[in-house]
Amino acid sequence: MEQRVADPIARQPSALRTHAETIAFVVMVAALMVAPFFTYPLFLMQAMCFALFACAFNLLIGYVGLLSFGHALYFGWASYLAAYSAKAWGFPPELAILTGTATAAVCGLVAGSLAIRRQGIYFAMITLALAQMMYFFALQAKFTGGEDGIQAVPRGLLFGIIDLRNEVAMYIVVLVIFLAGFLFIYRIIHSPFGEVLKAIRENETRAISLGYKTDRYKLVAFVLSATLAGVAGATKAIVLQLASLTDVNWPMSGEVVLMTLVGGLGTIFGPVVGSFVILLMQYKLAPVGEWVLVIQGVIFVACVLLFRRGVIGELANWLRIKL
Amino acid sequence: MFEIFGIPSTALFGQLLIGLINGSFYALLSLGLAVIFGMLNIINFSHGAQYMLGAFAAYLLLQYSGLGYWPALIVAPVLVGITGMIVERLMLQWLYKLDHLYGLLLTFGLALIIEGVARNYFGSAGLPYTVPESLRGGQNLGFMFLPNYRAWVIVASLTICFGTWFVIERTRLGANLRAATENPTLVRAFGINVPRMITLTYGFGVALAAFAGVMAAPVYNVSPQMGSELIIVVFAVVVIGGMGSILGAIITGFGLGVIEGLTKVFFPEASNTVIFVIMAIVLLVRPAGLFGRRT
Repeated sequence: MEQRVADPIARQPSALRTHAETIAFVVMVAALMVAPFFTYPLFLMQAMCFALFACAFNLLIGYVGLLSFGHALYFGWASYLAAYSAKAWGFPPELAILTGTATAAVCGLVAGSLAIRRQGIYFAMITLALAQMMYFFALQAKFTGGEDGIQAVPRGLLFGIIDLRNEVAMYIVVLVIFLAGFLFIYRIIHSPFGEVLKAIRENETRAISLGYKTDRYKLVAFVLSATLAGVAGATKAIVLQLASLTDVNWPMSGEVVLMTLVGGLGTIFGPVVGSFVILLMQYKLAPVGEWVLVIQGVIFVACVLLFRRGVIGELANWLRIKL
Repeated sequence: MFEIFGIPSTALFGQLLIGLINGSFYALLSLGLAVIFGMLNIINFSHGAQYMLGAFAAYLLLQYSGLGYWPALIVAPVLVGITGMIVERLMLQWLYKLDHLYGLLLTFGLALIIEGVARNYFGSAGLPYTVPESLRGGQNLGFMFLPNYRAWVIVASLTICFGTWFVIERTRLGANLRAATENPTLVRAFGINVPRMITLTYGFGVALAAFAGVMAAPVYNVSPQMGSELIIVVFAVVVIGGMGSILGAIITGFGLGVIEGLTKVFFPEASNTVIFVIMAIVLLVRPAGLFGRRT
């Protein structure tokens, strides 16, 4: 994909670039710490889960150039397993989240090794089809509760001492998980491994001729992305105390694409901004019912035709910095 | 009545027939996707929504202008095809130089818009569309009862599929099309208006989807979400068959429809997922797809 990184940026001194990212990060953390005093904490927690989900998705599309149209599979199944293990087996929240995450990792390994066998547009169709298959499994399996989903999931005691029924404690835990995930993704992108991923995005054939086993890199990136999407889904199940078919169905896969696209593909902060924007929009537009679908579609079309860089991408381009 | 593998033959042939019907739609839709992809290099995510539009166009034509099934079979695809051409001129044409993924994202957005609007005006419950007078009733074949309409769907779908194959592979127009896919600049140098050809191709592909939609209206209910789930299955069909070959798309479409129908008889729990499982197996054994060339 072209025009993801504008050329003038690369020529600027690197000190300024790191500063821009650090400043943006500090602003983000400060905003997330102050925000619960001004708006519903539950909304913010949900938004942080989706932000992590979108960041995980962005790791694939933004830095490897792979469009997965089935990320709801990892988000949703992690959500189911976290909810089920917490409710039926009485797992404490940390173990429940780990169970969900491990499920997503395994699903990511299987789906990823199938999907990377084809390139480009086929990759998107394969991931979508595999996600739809797992949606049907979720629909038919007994433990998922079918149309009702798994409701009233206990939040429980974190590490046996922290009561997550307390909104403040829950908020801090979600904030920590989100920031840890965010920094982990940042670390991946800026590691030698991340540089190879970007090389694959720019020119896979060239990367192969340089001796990189690109399939293996793509698979690792896919599993990482699925796992982090799993962390987000599992955390969401604990926060909202609910896992349902909505989380595994294809519109969810489309939603995470939309969040990332609105914020800016291949930007570090874009998915975070995008997911807050889209969730806020859904809350505000809830009364208009089905029109939300139409508005989402219009945003998709507008983003693709007019703002391919997304909010953060345009901002970074305008300020000539990297975000 | 006799039994095959412990299954009553009527049930078996009944499901086989349903499989062939579903296969007709898979074939028509994957054919449209392949034609569009060949010329525009875009995966048309709104194909399912345009199929649904075809069915709704037939429904609305009947309700408000009294046009019955037969005229609708021509008028609805033309109308939907024209909207497709407008979309191509207004939006898609700006994406040809970009990564393929943007085409997928844009048409996904269009699908959301179309489905959302339909849901707003018609709710998510299905609307009935009756079988045309001339095709009611059926034939008793001795081993099963064959409703006329279903036989017509299979025959019409096969005719359209092979007609399209013939035009693209065996006529001068098709030769121009294929040449324009390979090297648009050279074909333009011969005085052929390639951009117009692209617009018409998209219009034709969309019209095929709408045609399938009209044919589907009496079989299934007309509902806003009839396209979105179908299109994902069709994507799997396309992955299995590969989009390189038109004949391949037709054979895969019908074949998978039949396999799905048989699964409904022998292992009903898996009937929703069998096509996806086959896709996974094909990816393991023949990553390029059954009729695809390795890219």
